[in-house]
Amino acid sequence: MNFDLTDEQKKVRDMARNFTTKVIAPRAKEMDRTGEYPYDIMAQMASLGMMGIPFPKEYGGGGGDWVSMHLCIEEISRGDVSLGALLDVTTSVAGNEIYSFGTEEQKQKWLIPLAQGKEIGAFGLTEPDAGSDTAALKTTAALEGEEWVINGSKQFITNTGLDNASIIIITAKTRVEQSGRTTISTLIVPKGTPGFTLGERYEKMAFHASATHEVFFDDCRIPKGYLLGDIYEGLAQHLSVLQTGRISVAAISTGLAQACLDEALTYTTKKYQFRQSLLESQTIPFKLADIAMMIELSRTIYLKAAWLKDQGRDYTLEAHFAKLFATETAKKIASDVLNMYGLFGCLEKYPISRYFKVAKLFEIVEGTSEMQRLVIARKLLG
Amino acid sequence: MEFNLSEEQVDIQKAAREFAQGEFDPDEASDYDRNGQFPLKILKKACHLGFIGMHFPNRYGGQDLGLLENILVVEEFCRQHSGIGVALGLSDFGSEMILRFGSEDQKKRYLPPIAKGERVSSLAYMEEDQTDGFSFFSTVAIRNGDGYLINGKKIFVVNGTLPGPMIVLCQLNKARSEDQVALIVEKNGDGPVLSMMGGQIGMRMVPMVSLTYNDIKVPQGNLIGNEGEGRSQFVTFLNEMRIEAAAMGVGIAQGAFDLALTYARQRVQFGQKIASFEAIRNKLADMVTRIEMARSLTYKAAWDLDRNGGNILLNYMAKMVSAETAFEVADDAVHIFGGYGYIVENQIEHFYRDARMVNVFGESGQTQRLLIADRIIGKI
Ligand SMILES: Cc1cc2nc3c(=O)[nH]c(=O)nc-3n(C[C@H](O)[C@H](O)[C@H](O)COP(=O)(O)OP(=O)(O)OC[C@H]3O[C@@H](n4cnc5c(N)ncnc54)[C@H](O)[C@@H]3O)c2cc1C
Ligand SMILES: Cc1cc2nc3c(=O)[nH]c(=O)nc-3n(C[C@H](O)[C@H](O)[C@H](O)COP(=O)(O)OP(=O)(O)OC[C@H]3O[C@@H](n4cnc5c(N)ncnc54)[C@H](O)[C@@H]3O)c2cc1C
Repeated sequence: MNFDLTDEQKKVRDMARNFTTKVIAPRAKEMDRTGEYPYDIMAQMASLGMMGIPFPKEYGGGGGDWVSMHLCIEEISRGDVSLGALLDVTTSVAGNEIYSFGTEEQKQKWLIPLAQGKEIGAFGLTEPDAGSDTAALKTTAALEGEEWVINGSKQFITNTGLDNASIIIITAKTRVEQSGRTTISTLIVPKGTPGFTLGERYEKMAFHASATHEVFFDDCRIPKGYLLGDIYEGLAQHLSVLQTGRISVAAISTGLAQACLDEALTYTTKKYQFRQSLLESQTIPFKLADIAMMIELSRTIYLKAAWLKDQGRDYTLEAHFAKLFATETAKKIASDVLNMYGLFGCLEKYPISRYFKVAKLFEIVEGTSEMQRLVIARKLLG
Repeated sequence: MEFNLSEEQVDIQKAAREFAQGEFDPDEASDYDRNGQFPLKILKKACHLGFIGMHFPNRYGGQDLGLLENILVVEEFCRQHSGIGVALGLSDFGSEMILRFGSEDQKKRYLPPIAKGERVSSLAYMEEDQTDGFSFFSTVAIRNGDGYLINGKKIFVVNGTLPGPMIVLCQLNKARSEDQVALIVEKNGDGPVLSMMGGQIGMRMVPMVSLTYNDIKVPQGNLIGNEGEGRSQFVTFLNEMRIEAAAMGVGIAQGAFDLALTYARQRVQFGQKIASFEAIRNKLADMVTRIEMARSLTYKAAWDLDRNGGNILLNYMAKMVSAETAFEVADDAVHIFGGYGYIVENQIEHFYRDARMVNVFGESGQTQRLLIADRIIGKI
């Protein structure tokens, strides 16, 4: 056993922590308020190599590992979770999917700019009637000569509204077998392809600096060669990279929870200078103790999942444990810290109000808590 | 024992429900919420039908009813829309200070316009760096000719921007914590300096301000009761207010539950209504049970106040349980909506935000636990 980070991993974490403190944290409130996308921050993240950490150097990456990637996601999310989610979707899901299943040509064309952070990726699985039930999708792609013709829509798709988003990787029904079963495949659709349009930007409870849109495909034609991986294995491929995404959502939630604790510590010590008794009694200090414990457990389990992935071992259980535990505890932590603030915590000028509203989201995206429990239970019961 | 509401109470509840269903337009509500705008138009209609101030005597524009009837209305309003419900519920905030302790002249002057929706009351008590409950205020009133001069600063004053009387709790004698006074300040030209507290996550239709008082003159006739009674008046008021806040919690929880139940019965995933999955069924069962517990406790507290003058332990418990229930139920409700729950137009996320505010209104649950413990343990 060795719980120490390597020098390389520490370097990545410290770089990201520094960046968050200097660049992201001072901007986070304004980004959320105005909903403006911080392209300049993305560009700096790109030049620090954050989007490509786990990919080999020949594909524009940093040749690092998934542990480092997730340390980076946690630290970035400590400043702003929408940028953590940007990394999750671009690197852990979209980039990862092309890296794992793409042809050499596809990697050259799309992975390199994603890894370099010059372009941002998106993935589209969810549809109005296919949320948790990912296989219930209705979007179709029909092969006509040398082209796939796509029709349908996807909803709640992260990153799609960004000017620098280049592609969306989608699942679609590609053929009906003789048995009547439909085949689900994965396709890469470049933004700007005729027939591909974005719906209005969603008005969300929070998470305003993340570019979530509905996307529509109306006779949208892409070359045959944009099929990603095995035509029969599209859904399985997609779900396998979402496993990595789950580690990332756990890292995002850990960063968010850590930000809440950071707030709680500065606020309680400042506020209660008049009420020393509060710090010497037990209600607040015991809560803080619980919070610190839950954060450490979240961090430990997401790091274990990432480490297993780096070892090439099965990390299904750990990824689901991490996603479930880190997101549920982050929500609870945000709520508990808001309580410590009393009414002040409800004012938008205090970061805890923002943390509180956004924390709920992570229990829902990339598989709701129920979906995590379902997978874990199935694994246990065989 | 008698757990049934009276016929009159059932009628009031039904009337309030029908009014809210008919008048609270969801899109309009979202606009009010987004822009932080008080729903004045709806308040006026509600007042016209007698829903506000029904616990005032007839001669002051009310209906001589009790707290229980009053909170049945608040609950139904919050159930239909958490934001509008809370705003209407708080439109007479602090008026009970006048109702219970004011002079005949004050009641005649201030209460009828509140019941009519022409005036909205507020009560300024909270201060920055308040150290120990409300036993001491740094806002001071000094005797000045035939009246008082107020100096100091109050924060989180609800309804602060709206026209109407504002009751200010002040320290009369700096040295003695018992010496507090409640003074009615009219919000006219040379009143206190007002600034918005900034946006808040929930209860966004309720304007919250901070107020700075620099030598604000108040005539003797605006003193509520006698000097030195401010604190005990306020404590009595809070007892009543806590039960009203508890009713807001019950209504918010019920409203979020109603939507979640309807949604769970419609939404299909994996070829089934999601209401057929046990994880969802368990949640719905917990939600409805918690609401029933919160409601029972809240009604009991209100009934007890109407009948026996109130029981502080019951009040703390009702507020704590209802506010926490509101939040837990709203949380589960958003969850049942999945990703849809996070999108404003689906009308569930405001329950989550508003519920959280009810939680810290008055005192947070943590504070209430400690206050309950103080009472039951006593000196050791
Ligand atoms: C801001 C935001 C960003 C998003 N970004 C993306 C993105 O980039 N790409 C993408 O593809 N999707 C994205 N999503 C969609 C997200 O992943 C889905 O919302 C999520 O998977 C849940 O699906 P649903 O909303 O349809 O809920 P549903 O699946 O309808 O679930 C509703 C409720 O039923 C429960 N439930 C469903 N099935 C079962 C069952 N079998 N047993 C027990 N309980 C069950 C769920 O847990 C939930 O509580 C995003 C969503 C949001 C809000
Ligand atoms: C809708 C609304 C309307 C309001 N209207 C008004 C108004 O009109 N006028 C006005 O002046 N104010 C108003 N308020 C302010 C409200 O009264 C305050 O928020 C409240 O009194 C603060 O109490 P608290 O316990 O939540 O927070 P605090 O007392 O600030 O306590 C903060 C934290 O410390 C904990 N804590 C407190 N005491 C102890 C202890 N002894 N030991 C351990 N932990 C402790 C609390 O549990 C909490 O977690 C309003 C609030 C709301 C939400």
